[in-house]
Parts: sequence; structure tokens; C-alpha cells
Amino acid sequence: MLELSALTVSYDGFVAVAGVDLEVRDGEIVCILGPSGSGKSSLLRAVAGLEPDARGRVAWDGADLARVPPHRRGFGLMFQDHVLFPHRDVHGNVAFGLRMQRLPRAEIETRTRDALALVGLSGFERRRIRELSGGEQQRVALARALAAEPRLLMLDEPLGALDRALRERLVTELRSLFVRLGLTTLFVTHDHDEAFALADRLVVMHEGRIEQIGTPAAVWQRPANAFVAQFLGWNVTSAFSGRCSAVRPEDIRVVPPGAPGGVVGTVSARTFRRDHFLLVVHVDDPDGAEPVQVQVSVHAGWIPDIGERVGLAAEGLVVLADG
Amino acid sequence: MTTGAWPRPARVALVVVPLAFLAVFFLYPVIAIVGRGLAPHWSVDFDPVGQVVTDAALRHIAWFTIWQATLSTVLTLAFGIPGAYVLARCEFPGRGLVRALVTVPFVLPTVVVGSAFVALLGDGGPLASLGLDQTLGAILIAHVFFNYSVVVRTVGSLWSHLDPRPEEAARLLGASRLRAFREVTLPALRPAIATAGAIVFLFTFTSFGVILILGGPGTATLETEIYRQTAQLLNLPLAAALTIVQLVAIVALLLATSWIEGRQRVALSLRAASETARRVRTTGARVFLAGNLAVMAVLLGVPVAVLVVRSFDTPTGLGLDYYRALGEVHAGSTLFVEPAHAIANSLRFAVAATAIAVAVGGCAAFALASSRRRGLDTLVSLPLGVSAVTVGFGFLIALDHPPFDLRGSWWLVPIAQALVAVPFVVRVMTPVLRAIDPRLRDAAATLGASPARVWREVDLPIVARAALVAAGFAFAISLGEFGATVFIVRPDQPTLPVLVYRLLGQPGPLNFGGAMAASVILMGLTMLAMLGIERFRAGTVGSF
Repeated sequence: MLELSALTVSYDGFVAVAGVDLEVRDGEIVCILGPSGSGKSSLLRAVAGLEPDARGRVAWDGADLARVPPHRRGFGLMFQDHVLFPHRDVHGNVAFGLRMQRLPRAEIETRTRDALALVGLSGFERRRIRELSGGEQQRVALARALAAEPRLLMLDEPLGALDRALRERLVTELRSLFVRLGLTTLFVTHDHDEAFALADRLVVMHEGRIEQIGTPAAVWQRPANAFVAQFLGWNVTSAFSGRCSAVRPEDIRVVPPGAPGGVVGTVSARTFRRDHFLLVVHVDDPDGAEPVQVQVSVHAGWIPDIGERVGLAAEGLVVLADG
Repeated sequence: MTTGAWPRPARVALVVVPLAFLAVFFLYPVIAIVGRGLAPHWSVDFDPVGQVVTDAALRHIAWFTIWQATLSTVLTLAFGIPGAYVLARCEFPGRGLVRALVTVPFVLPTVVVGSAFVALLGDGGPLASLGLDQTLGAILIAHVFFNYSVVVRTVGSLWSHLDPRPEEAARLLGASRLRAFREVTLPALRPAIATAGAIVFLFTFTSFGVILILGGPGTATLETEIYRQTAQLLNLPLAAALTIVQLVAIVALLLATSWIEGRQRVALSLRAASETARRVRTTGARVFLAGNLAVMAVLLGVPVAVLVVRSFDTPTGLGLDYYRALGEVHAGSTLFVEPAHAIANSLRFAVAATAIAVAVGGCAAFALASSRRRGLDTLVSLPLGVSAVTVGFGFLIALDHPPFDLRGSWWLVPIAQALVAVPFVVRVMTPVLRAIDPRLRDAAATLGASPARVWREVDLPIVARAALVAAGFAFAISLGEFGATVFIVRPDQPTLPVLVYRLLGQPGPLNFGGAMAASVILMGLTMLAMLGIERFRAGTVGSF
């Protein structure tokens, strides 16, 4: 089990990770989700032991790792842009960690072959790294990290460089792979779909701090604060209840203006999103202090045009503590 | 590559070793030359330098040096730019092979180039009737032969990555093919053309072996005159004065070049070379392609072919007589040793020079890669721009008395050759060392490699490969080095290039044939070194 307490990483006065407490239990898949620049990669590097100036405690099964150098931690890290060894072929990259463990040759060969088969690259052993596509390089990087059988596998934006179709397929493959191998996994991403599809537990990070920890379902249903709500695409507004609360665009219904229980506004933009229209509605604000914009998704029925007056009725409001 | 983790003494040594080497073997000789030229009798005297400016014959030499370099540059660009286009943009079978063959002349020793054109244009050569032997014409053709690949590589590499769509857009806006080229493509290529032109001008301005062998009475340049004044007339103050004029001109040239290059920087949109190459479709394009390939074959292929043929073409038919004759000292020869010894001499000198160049250049490359020491960068490049003749002449007058009395030392030759090769070693190794991604070390560490293991598994293989490539270049350069070697080599220890030069200067078919045979051997050895480089070059090591 990985335990982080008060983990802090700073570079020349800039604090990338600010006092993070986190546990990753054996066999658990934990995902750190956050916008770019939120300190996710720095956190992974600190856990791997690659940030000599990191402060706080990193422990495995209760043992402090402060004095354990990266190569003795037994943690695997798959880097964001692969960082494959350009002077070795695919086999040389995947077998690298096994050679470091001084395994017998036969076992190295077997495990290298198995790891490549696992990522669907059987027969690629003698290929040069620069001959591979971005997706293939990503799989080699994954195979390299997996083959060493790390006690903790860390992945930095594992599907970042891939196109959308390939990503959607690999997300499911990866999750079943991690579950099948019983791997303890900590990975970071800025992509919601990836995070929610892969993780047992989500950690939303922002400016070096943890904003919320919970299962994907819990985070999805109850964002803890305004940042998380907005990051997940919710509206954060006090237009509906008078108190600052979060509401999903899907949970707002368009009703005729003046219908009971609705607020009134004007449609200011309308875009088409795959299976629905997304409206931006300027809500009439009695105080006139700040213009309030609300995003509403409309699937069927009345699809108002830009400039039309609409009424809005919201369900499933989540009242936020920090609004 | 960072050397931050290295102990301080090692870091100091990385800087001190190349600095000390350059100080003793380059700066000190140059200072000695300036001393000889300006103050031959321990008092400042501008007479010798003034003589170069006022004396009509010497002024003619300076003028001719500039004139032939200008003509050579213009001609090389005129032939090279269409060649660059063909090799960059036209797809045709065998393009890779042609590209590789075109670069061969540039790595040939200057002496081999000289004797190839003597074989072609001189007495008994297939083109002797043109009467070009010992004229400016012969020199110009040889310079185009030698520098063609500079233009093809410098301009062609940019051209092959240049986005073709702006030119297409210009065509759609109503520009003719020529107009679109002139207004869109040419401005984009201008920086590369300027760079190639500057390099060719510098090379031909300091050209020595080619002119010494091919030129006649009217074709003396500053370089050949420095040699003549030193070796034949023993007028060292005048030779020193000529060297000073040469040095000033080259420094001015280098400054002008970097100024022009600074102004030429254009933001370009670049594409993968595979996206820009087009299959040849129209008849006009086919004729253009065929014409250029014919120029390459005639200009680059024929001289080498004639050289090889004439090395076997004995009075009694084709045979190995000339090669066999290299093993004997024959009557009437002014050579002191069996010519075959020159092969062994050359190899021994080249091995020693390579070791020195890789050690010194490697240290400089590590120091340069770990920081941005611009001064050191410029300093190690200086011997390249300043010409081998200056190096050789400087050795001759500076290292024959205390504090650095190396008179008669065997090491003088390999040190001079190493000095010429060091800039190439630095240029090959520094970018490779700089390009080692520090995260590769992180990746190795997370896979369980200890710091020592990281160095062995990540740094060493990349560094070693770069060092091998650099060694190959250093070896090829040392093997063919002529300008510096001819000043300082002992008469009884000639190298192959010196042997070729001496044989060409002596009468009789046996000497001429021997020169041809020795040239072919030298060419073969150089090719072997270059093939060795290609083996190790794949992967992380780029070209320069």
C-alpha cells in the first residue's frame, strides 16, 4: 500500500504539489484527474523518487522511502511521451527492467514476449523505436513498465498521444488488463472519459492540492466544490435556488417562459454536440449585478433558436459549501 | 548531457585539455606567424605585409585568390542548385543511391581530386585536347566537383522539407512556374543558398592541394604562395606576411557570413521529406531530371573513373605494374624510401591523429554540451576556417625551438592532423551529447538501474557510437590531410597524399602511374573509413 502524507514539491519557489495526503491500496486503480499544470506529473515523479527536493512522506507498506533511490523502489513509471531508449530496439526496451533485476536469460525472453503479446505487439521485437507510430511507441512503453512487474505501476497521461478512436478502445482494454493482473496502479490524466472509465477511485487535483477524492460515481454525483463542479462541466450558479449550487446541463429543462418554478432568460448561443444541442442562456437577473450564463443541453422537443426567450427548470441541484 | 554530477577535477579537465591543446598547437603558432610577419627583427616592421599590398605580383596573387573562389562558388551554385532540386523533390528509382554517391567527392582527399583531374585533363588524358591542364578552368571544374555535394546537401535538405503548398498557392493566384519559384520558393531557400555559398567560398578561398596540383604558373593563390615562399624560396617573413593577410581575410569572411546568416533567418513551414517529393510526370520534368543526372555522372563520375582506369593503364596494357612499382625504389627517383612505406606511414599517423582528435575533441564536446561556452565553441572551430596551410606553417616556425621544441619529432604530423580534425569531432559529438534526454536516465532508474548502471546503459552506448563516428571522420581527414602535413613531414616519412604530390611532380610514366595507383589506394582507404562511419551512424547520430 502506498501512503503519501504532506507531500510537497516545489521548483525555485513555485509550488507544484502542495501537501498532498493520499493512499493507494493494494490492487487499487487510482486516477489523479486535473487540468494541465495542476501538479499531477510532479506528484508521480516524487513518488518514483525522481524529485530529490520533494518533502513530506512517501511510504510503502508503512516503510518510509525517503532514503530509497528510484531504482530500488520497485515502482514502474510510464512517461507521458514514452521516453523509450532510442539506441535499443523494442526487445531491448522491454527487457531492460528484467535485465536490471538480473533474471535468468530464459525468463527475460519469456516475460518480454509475454509483455509484448499483452500490448498486442508480438513480433515487433527487432523493430527500431523510430520506425514505430505514436500508438506503437505508447504500447512499447507500457510493455516496458509492465514487464518489470512493478509493485506499483504509475502512468503519466497513458493515452495522451493517441487519437480518439484508439483511446476509447484502449481504455477498456487497459482497465481489464490492470484488474486481471491485480496491479496497484496510480495514473494521472486530464481527460475525464479516461479517468472515469479506468479508475476505482478518483482524485481531482488543482494547483497542487487535492480538491476531492471519491469513487467515480460519487464524484460524478456530488462534486465537492465549485472547482470540481466546473471542471466536470456543471453549471455553478445561484440563479435557481438563491444559494450557490451546481447543476448539470442535462438536468435543466427548457420550459415556456413564465412557466411556474422556472427562471427566465434569453438564448445567446447554440451549438450542436454529437447527440444534443448545447444552449447558452443569459438568465435575467433581478439584481442586475452580474450577467448569469447557464449551459443547457437539449435532446428533443422544443429546440429554441438564438435570441428566443426561454424558461429554465432545474433538478438535482447540489448545494456547494464554498460558493 | 550534463556533467553536473561529475567531480570537479573532471569538469575542469574537460575544459583545460582542449584549451591547452589549442593554446600550444594553434594560438601559439599563429602568434609566432604574426611575430615573424610583423616583427622579424624584434622590432615592429610593416614592410613584409606592406609588400603584399604594394608588390604587383603579390597583389595579383591576392586578387586571383578572391577571383577564383568567387567563380568557383558561382559555378558550384549554378550546377548544385538544380541538382539539389532533383535529389530533394523528384522521386525516381535509385534516388537513395545517387544521393549517397553524390557526397563521395566531398570526402575525397584534395590530392586525390587533384590527381583525378590531372588524369582526365593532363597529358595522355581523354580530355587533354581541351588544353585545360594547368589553367584556371581545370581548377574551377575540380572545385565544382569537390563542393557540389555541399550545395546539394545544404540546399537540398531544406528544399526537401519545404512546404510545397505556398508555391501551389502562387500558381493558383496566376504566377507562372518561374515566377512562383522566384517569388515564393527562392526567398525561402535563400538562407540555405547563402550558407552553402559561404562554405564553398571559404573552402575554395583556402583551397590548397587542388590548386597546387592542377594549377600552373599563373594560378598561384595565397595558400600556394605561402607554401612556395616557405618550401622553395625560404622567405619566411614574406610567407608569414601572406599568412597574416590570409588570416585577416578569413576572419572578415567568417564575420560577414555569420552576419548574413543572422539577417537571413526566415520562419518557414516545414514538412516531412516524404510529403514533398513528387513523381516525375511531364516530359519537361523528365528531360530536366535526366539532364541533371547526366551532369552528376559526367562531373562526378568520369574523373574518378578515369583515375582508376589510368592507374591500371600501363604501356603494356592493363595491369598492376604501377601498384607493384610502389614497392620499389627505382633509379632516378628523388624519393628516399619505397613508396609503399607511405601507406604504413599514413595509417600510423592517422591512427595517432584520430586518438588525439577524439580525446581532445571529446573533452571539448562534453564541456560544450554541459554548458553554453560560446567562446570554446568558436575557438575549436577556428583551425577549420583558418586553413591547414596556416597550421602547417605555424608548426614549422613555432615548434622548432624552446619552449616547444618538437623538431624532428614523429608526433608533429599527427598533432597537426588532429588539429584539423578536432572541429569535426566536436561538431559530430556535441549535438549527440546535448540531445540525450535526461528523462532517459529517469526511465532507466525507475526500471531498476543504479546510477552507475544508468551511465553504462544509457549514456555510454550513445556516447560511444558518437565517438566512433567522430573517430571515423577524424581518421578519414587525417588520412587525406595534405596542407599541414606537407610543411612538416620528414622527407623520409611521406604520407600517401605527400607521395602522390611528389610523384606527380616527377617526369616519366612510371611516376605518373604510381601517383594514380597511390591516389586509388588513398581513395579506397578513405572510402573504407566512411563506410565504417555509415555502419555506426544509424539511429541517434545526425549529419553536420
